[in-house]
Amino acid sequence: MARSVTTQRKIINTAAAWGIGFLIFFPILWTILTSFKTEATAIADPPVFLAFDWTLENYEVVLERSNYARFLWNSVFIAGGSTLLGLIIAIPAAWSMAFVPSRRTKDILLWMLSTKMLPAVGVLYPIYLIFIKMGLLDSRIGLTVVLMLINLPIIVWMLYTYFREIPGEILEASRMDGATLKDEILYVLTPMAVPGIASTLLLNFILAWNEAFWTLNLTAAKAAPLTAFIASYSSPEGLFYAKLSAASTMAIAPILILGWFSQKQLVRGLTFGAVK
Amino acid sequence: MGQIILEKVSKTFGDVEVIPPLDLTIQDGEFTVFVGPSGCGKSTLLRLIAGLEDMTSGTLKIDGVDATHVPPAKRGLAMVFQSYALYPHMSVRKNIAFPMRMAGVDKAEQDRRIEQAAAALNLTDYLERRPGQLSGGQRQRVAIGRAIVREPEAFLFDEPLSNLDAALRVGMRLEISELHKRLETTMIYVTHDQVEAMTMADKIVVLRAGFIEQVGSPLELYHKPRNSFVAGFIGSPKMNLIEGPEAAKHDAHSIGIRPEHIDVTDSDGLWQGKVAVAEHLGSDTFFHVHGTGLGETLTVRATGELGYKHGDTIHLTPRADQIHRFDASGLRME
Repeated sequence: MARSVTTQRKIINTAAAWGIGFLIFFPILWTILTSFKTEATAIADPPVFLAFDWTLENYEVVLERSNYARFLWNSVFIAGGSTLLGLIIAIPAAWSMAFVPSRRTKDILLWMLSTKMLPAVGVLYPIYLIFIKMGLLDSRIGLTVVLMLINLPIIVWMLYTYFREIPGEILEASRMDGATLKDEILYVLTPMAVPGIASTLLLNFILAWNEAFWTLNLTAAKAAPLTAFIASYSSPEGLFYAKLSAASTMAIAPILILGWFSQKQLVRGLTFGAVK
Repeated sequence: MGQIILEKVSKTFGDVEVIPPLDLTIQDGEFTVFVGPSGCGKSTLLRLIAGLEDMTSGTLKIDGVDATHVPPAKRGLAMVFQSYALYPHMSVRKNIAFPMRMAGVDKAEQDRRIEQAAAALNLTDYLERRPGQLSGGQRQRVAIGRAIVREPEAFLFDEPLSNLDAALRVGMRLEISELHKRLETTMIYVTHDQVEAMTMADKIVVLRAGFIEQVGSPLELYHKPRNSFVAGFIGSPKMNLIEGPEAAKHDAHSIGIRPEHIDVTDSDGLWQGKVAVAEHLGSDTFFHVHGTGLGETLTVRATGELGYKHGDTIHLTPRADQIHRFDASGLRME
């Protein structure tokens, strides 16, 4: 029996959805608003919502004081590099687990995921020591590798679930049709897996972009990405909310815009390929 | 040419022996059907021939050439899958062209063969569509078209009709039979449906648990089943298998009598029993008879319309020359 939806119900549902959406978005909105306030209005009590003198002063100060472009480039390098590196390693791994599974495939997948249950701080010390020994501290390459390793289980899992959706018989059909392994991957598998690969790529780019534990602990000046850029406004001379907000807004703006344009792919990515 | 010879071919998955070593020869141009209950290894056997599974031991020869270690792409065989296995991101035209593209056939020849196949399979109007926009029957035709254009040594069909509804299945069955008559290419066809096997095959291979129970023409299998398993599997409705005193009268462990070989009368039959269910098909009437003292339900097939209904007592007489005798191990006794 189909559930009948009355107009009244529809209005209530829509309003509730918008309400919850607004609630979730509010902290980001507040940060963006604060970035346009003076330091005094930023900490005003009661807080001012929209009726204040909008100013770009914070942005000017932040841009003057820090080299935003360098932080941005580091973020792009680290997030992009770790995602690409992860894909290069994860595609063959997921491929073999999805299409030539062994008796232990499920165990290996779970074991890989179990590394995500470990608190990151638990391995900070050994990794820090390794970084010192290898001279990787405060280097983009070192950070790229660490973030790739952190996100690799998720990349493999996502790709695995996408590849599992591709019926094996279609690949077998291509083999019967005379396709070599190269043809099979190029003309049959990849076109069918493109949506999955794209959403994996996006989601991991965002995860790596927002990662703050390792980026803060393993960098100083040279390799510091935007997370460190935000952090640099949070303490030294006391709290300056407006400037901190301006820095935050500048750090999240690129990823927010990217996310906006790729919503469809992301929703698919976040459901791990469960919804078509 | 498409003669296929299997010598001592076996397959084990881990510790499980799916196919114990078997020998089988499929002649060029023959329509061979592998039939058996699910899990009997018939699909595995087909996949071994296709090269989609590796043999555990044995050799496979296609046209006298050892193909045991030849990858599927190089065996010159075309396969039609149960799920059709079309490329969802390609149009029908591109699907059919794919094997030719892989083989490096030139464009003009590709188009010629596509037009020809499309005309033969009623697909001309659908060439620019995607598989997702086609019905099940049309998808199966595309899969067949994709197989035809490569002009293979042999066609392999893996339960190609089991996803279609009953009416369409009969139609496609005829189309595939006709295709075989026209192309005269070797075809190996896997099914669990004995009606498909009986109607289409030149040669039927009955499999159970990986063993070949019998190889023969449909009518050989019908008239001379090698054992009680084949006797029960081939023919519809199933042959009645009777054990006990009635079988002892014929010096056998069990006897088999097909439903259509039992005559129904009002009185004076060899056996008598009560009708439990009467199925009226118009052309035939099936009776499921209880209480005959022969151990189980007896199925009887009478030609035309007979008025007996539930609870009626009927008299049955098996035709003496149509009784099959089996020994304790189930083997046929002559």
